[in-house]
Amino acid sequence: MSHGARPRRVSLFVTCLVDLVHPEIGDATEQLLRDLDLEVDFPPSQTCCGQPAYNAGFPDQARRIGRTLLDAFEGSEAVVAPSGSCAAMVRTNFPRLFAGTPDEERAETLAERVHELSAFVVDVLGIDHLTGALPARATYHDACHGLRELGLSSQGRRLLAGIEGLGLVEMARPDACCGFGGTFSVRLPELATAMAEDKLRQAAATGADVVITGDAGCLVHLAGLRSRAGIGPRPVHLAVLLAEARGLRGPAIRA
Amino acid sequence: MSARPPGSFRDRAGALLERPEVAAAIGRAMDIRARGRSTVFSGADVEAMRAAGEAIRAHTIANLPRYLDAFAEAADRHGTRVFFAADASEAVGYVREVLRRTGSRRIVKGKSMVSEELGLNAALGSDGAEVTETDLGEYIVQLAHEPPAHITVPAVHMTRAQIRDLFNRELGAAVSDEPRALTHMARRVLRDRFLAADAGITGVNFGVAETGSLVIVTNEGNARMCTSLPRVHIALLGMERLVPSFRELAVLLPLLTGSATGQRITAYLNVIAGPRRPEEPDGPDEVHVVVVDNGRSAILGSEYRSILHCIRCGACQNVCPVFRQVGGHAYGGTYGGPIGAVLAPLLEGFEQAGDLPHASSLCVACTEVCPVNIPLHEHLISLRRDVAATRASAGERLTFRLWGLLWSRPRTYGVTARVARVGQRLLARRGRIPRAPFPLSRWTAGRDLPPLAREPFRDRWRRRHGS
Repeated sequence: MSHGARPRRVSLFVTCLVDLVHPEIGDATEQLLRDLDLEVDFPPSQTCCGQPAYNAGFPDQARRIGRTLLDAFEGSEAVVAPSGSCAAMVRTNFPRLFAGTPDEERAETLAERVHELSAFVVDVLGIDHLTGALPARATYHDACHGLRELGLSSQGRRLLAGIEGLGLVEMARPDACCGFGGTFSVRLPELATAMAEDKLRQAAATGADVVITGDAGCLVHLAGLRSRAGIGPRPVHLAVLLAEARGLRGPAIRA
Repeated sequence: MSARPPGSFRDRAGALLERPEVAAAIGRAMDIRARGRSTVFSGADVEAMRAAGEAIRAHTIANLPRYLDAFAEAADRHGTRVFFAADASEAVGYVREVLRRTGSRRIVKGKSMVSEELGLNAALGSDGAEVTETDLGEYIVQLAHEPPAHITVPAVHMTRAQIRDLFNRELGAAVSDEPRALTHMARRVLRDRFLAADAGITGVNFGVAETGSLVIVTNEGNARMCTSLPRVHIALLGMERLVPSFRELAVLLPLLTGSATGQRITAYLNVIAGPRRPEEPDGPDEVHVVVVDNGRSAILGSEYRSILHCIRCGACQNVCPVFRQVGGHAYGGTYGGPIGAVLAPLLEGFEQAGDLPHASSLCVACTEVCPVNIPLHEHLISLRRDVAATRASAGERLTFRLWGLLWSRPRTYGVTARVARVGQRLLARRGRIPRAPFPLSRWTAGRDLPPLAREPFRDRWRRRHGS
């Protein structure tokens, strides 16, 4: 992780899924960052990192879409995304995706500047502890790309440790994939659903009220099975839970 | 090449998902292995070990022709006969010829994934040979007339009760489902087969180039019986499975056993250097090594070369969440799990196995455990690209083209979102979408779809902060 002086200003890379489906995660991310005394901007020309096209085997289209991020964050010093998967797409895959193209250098620059939210707070800002209160029993799902491509697992849990009233109970195999996998979820829907069911059952076995995750992809997948099959605790994004615990937004989780 | 079952990965996986005992059995076995792996490597600098393993494999594969020559020359010096088989039919033909010439009809076999690749058992069976698998797991799946479901745990998909029923039915036995009872039953049968065998056929974990030796790792000692009791031993060696010398084995063996079964050291380690010498009381009169190419050399010059670094530990299968649900049979070929999803399309072609690279959620667990650092998930993504280039449907191609066109500009991105928000009014029921048109129908078949928010984040931002 590139350390330097603590940035004063950050740009939000809100991700398409958060923008279009769960804007409250974007709100919460913005609230948290402002609460940590950062100036926050949102370059509106961003659309998507192109990961679905990249993973489906259409790198040309992925480059086309990913270029919106290269343009949008051209002048940004630090870029923060409430998603390990989209941040990993930029950090680890963009340099490969744009290698040998005129955008190679811009891709490498952006790759170094993009951070997943919890990694940004803990590793870049050096904040290990957040105060707040939220009475709930919770369990934590490690989203795959944050965990294995960015090496995140302790950051989110550390930030939760300071929240009063929040009991974190680990489930069996918290690092097992929830089955979302982008296009995987529609190419092999039966398998994806079986994987989500395993995940929700493991989460339910902890007795948790909420299952916390740092990625909106896992969130919509688990929530989609939960509302259909009626199993497992409610999936909640880390940013939303932290913002609520710190009184930055109205109660939705504790209600 | 053994024939692929009909249907797609999705069809086969769907059928296996209907049998929840399969996922339960695999899950139990995989958890034990994952725990074993983390225990055995705890306290060791596993990253340094993996880097060393990777370097050895990369060096060997980069210099494969030289090491193959050295291996053949050294093996020849102590009387091992080496045959290079370009494809499955040459390999099978050679084995048949050796068996015919030596009058071998009763054959005992040690574990060999290459033999599965060749369809060897079926070929020899049709010649009238009596072939007995002697690895317990392989013996079980042979009795069940199934291929192995895992590289190192062939019967991983079966429960103890199923194995008991199988034994009692096929062997006319009356044993309980206690592992000890089952093992004793198999041992009684296999002991007689070992003693009566004319020839032994085994796989090879590593061929040592410097000495021409064959290294075979087992936990049951069965390969030792296969290679020392019969008059003839035929070893099947995947062309890429060489090490320069014994020095490199010191790195690769603990990586193999630790990754495969969580063992620091294997129970039996056979090193074979040629047939019985005149002064030796035991051992075969003939030792043959069939070095099998069967599509491998075509991978050598490609961007997928590192898949030839694989040492067949099965660790990627042990941690794969997709494999865990359905096991190896869903993949329809010799190799399942992440290694199979990369290797099968390369060895068998996209026509046969082009759907396998999509049999992954790209969770990266495979790459994370691979003892020789093969970037399995990156290979899967690259293969998806190669498969898409020739085999993507017109609809899929158009979808991604359109998507690329529309989402490469914020304005048209906004338009697609607005159109979708209007469209979803017909579908949303109480804050969720229970049914959607194709291709999202594939999502809504088992899960609800979240509707798009009434006001996207960018509009909220503009409302709050201006532009």
